[in-house]
Amino acid sequence: MTKKLHIEAKINGKDTEFLCEPRQSLLEVLRDVLQLTGAKEGCNNGNCGACNVLLDGRLVNSCLVMAPEIAGRSVATIEGLASPQALHPVQKAFLENAALQCGICTPGFILASKALLDQNPHPTEHQVRHWLAGNLCRCTGYDKIVRAVLDAAKT
Amino acid sequence: MKVIDYAAPKSIAEAVAVLKEKGERARCLAGGTDIIVQVREGKRRDVEVLVDIKHIPELNELSFDAKTGLRIGAAAPCYRVYEDQRISNAYPGLIDAVALVGGIQIQSRASLGGNLCNSSPAADTIPALIAMETICVIAGPGGTREVPVQGFCTAPGKNVLGRGELLVTLKLPPPKPRSGAAYLRFIPRNEMDIAVVGAGVSVELDEGRSRCTAARVSLAAVAPTPLLVNEAGAALVDGTLNDALIENAARLAQAASRPISDMRGDADYRRHLVGVLVKRALQTAIARART
Ligand SMILES: Cc1cc2nc3c(=O)[nH]c(=O)nc-3n(C[C@H](O)[C@H](O)[C@H](O)COP(=O)(O)OP(=O)(O)OC[C@H]3O[C@@H](n4cnc5c(N)ncnc54)[C@H](O)[C@@H]3O)c2cc1C
Ligand code: FES
Ligand code: FES
Repeated sequence: MTKKLHIEAKINGKDTEFLCEPRQSLLEVLRDVLQLTGAKEGCNNGNCGACNVLLDGRLVNSCLVMAPEIAGRSVATIEGLASPQALHPVQKAFLENAALQCGICTPGFILASKALLDQNPHPTEHQVRHWLAGNLCRCTGYDKIVRAVLDAAKT
Repeated sequence: MKVIDYAAPKSIAEAVAVLKEKGERARCLAGGTDIIVQVREGKRRDVEVLVDIKHIPELNELSFDAKTGLRIGAAAPCYRVYEDQRISNAYPGLIDAVALVGGIQIQSRASLGGNLCNSSPAADTIPALIAMETICVIAGPGGTREVPVQGFCTAPGKNVLGRGELLVTLKLPPPKPRSGAAYLRFIPRNEMDIAVVGAGVSVELDEGRSRCTAARVSLAAVAPTPLLVNEAGAALVDGTLNDALIENAARLAQAASRPISDMRGDADYRRHLVGVLVKRALQTAIARART
């Protein structure tokens, strides 16, 4: 039997404790232990961005973070993005621009886009496309996603 | 994923002790962008413990001093290097390489130390580190030793680190007057791919800025390890800088490369790319040295 580790971290602003096995990724813990299924498993090897979360404010692939690594740190997932009153402007722009079809890539794209706009509120189209290179979408052809991000930048 | 333990040593001595005790069964975890994938995909079946080295102060160091140069802690992620304005002003040729590792998510985590210790022949930062005369500071059971970066990798995925050893710091000398460097890679996409060929170069010019006094040319993905092509560097200090001199250095780099054919490109194609990239990287490095 593998011993379980007791980890304390801030998840979406809330102090959270959980037990995990040392071999588990942050993505596995979010989905299977904490029932935060917004982060998706696409490739499980760092290429698709579907599992994106913010770790201490920086965009990471949660499939490439070991769960014990987050002890004492803060994680923001898609579940924490909207306020009780309203969607985040990026979420709103994705809806209004129909920037999704099946939606599996959407949480990752939205968090990646938020991370971009937080540090560069008025990106060019080229900057948006370059920044989003680590996020893959099999459905939309990317154009509506890029438009949504540019739209969100206007608000 | 088989890993059954996670260790987070707070000092070099603690890390060395675990690595020495466990040998092949332990691997350092820096950004995890190589090691987590390799363990998960069953490519490192012997690994039982991941040793997270990010709690060791020396491995997070990042300091630049115009007199003594740049010190990069082995676990410092790419973004810290290129977001530092003083470092990116002083070492644009290093930033060329650091800023194109993976995408934003990878750069949040991937370290230069991990790129080097993973020792892939296609690693992007290694030719840039070689061109910039980087020294690797290694700690182990016997104390500390230093190895020039061009001697670090020994075969694909292999390097000079012995049992119990870890990379602590990458030391880059201060940029010399009238010097310039550049790194270029060719990939079929715009981002997020493994180099078909990479070329890192550096030059130092004389006061008239018309001759090279020193030059280094390094290549990725054309041999079992990253290469330092001494002949190409030597050819550049051998006359007035002009197109013919640069062409000649590019030809010597092509001659020194020993590429394989694989799904990213066949050997002839790679050799052709070496010529193109070395030439262009030299042009950029020379332009930077002249400004
Ligand atoms: C989607 C994706 C895209 C990528 N794109 C690129 C790219 O464009 N260019 C490129 O070159 N690479 C790329 N990579 C590979 C990888 O991101 C880089 O090699 C990265 O620099 C590895 O750093 P890390 O900190 O994540 O290393 P880790 O995975 O933590 O470690 C890598 C290896 O080095 C060992 N190690 C790490 N630090 C030390 C140390 N201090 N002492 C001893 N051993 C140590 C580890 O045990 C492991 O074997 C990509 C990877 C992914 C998943
Ligand atoms: S699931 Fe993490 S990047 Fe694809
Ligand atoms: S909407 Fe289906 S993958 Fe992007």
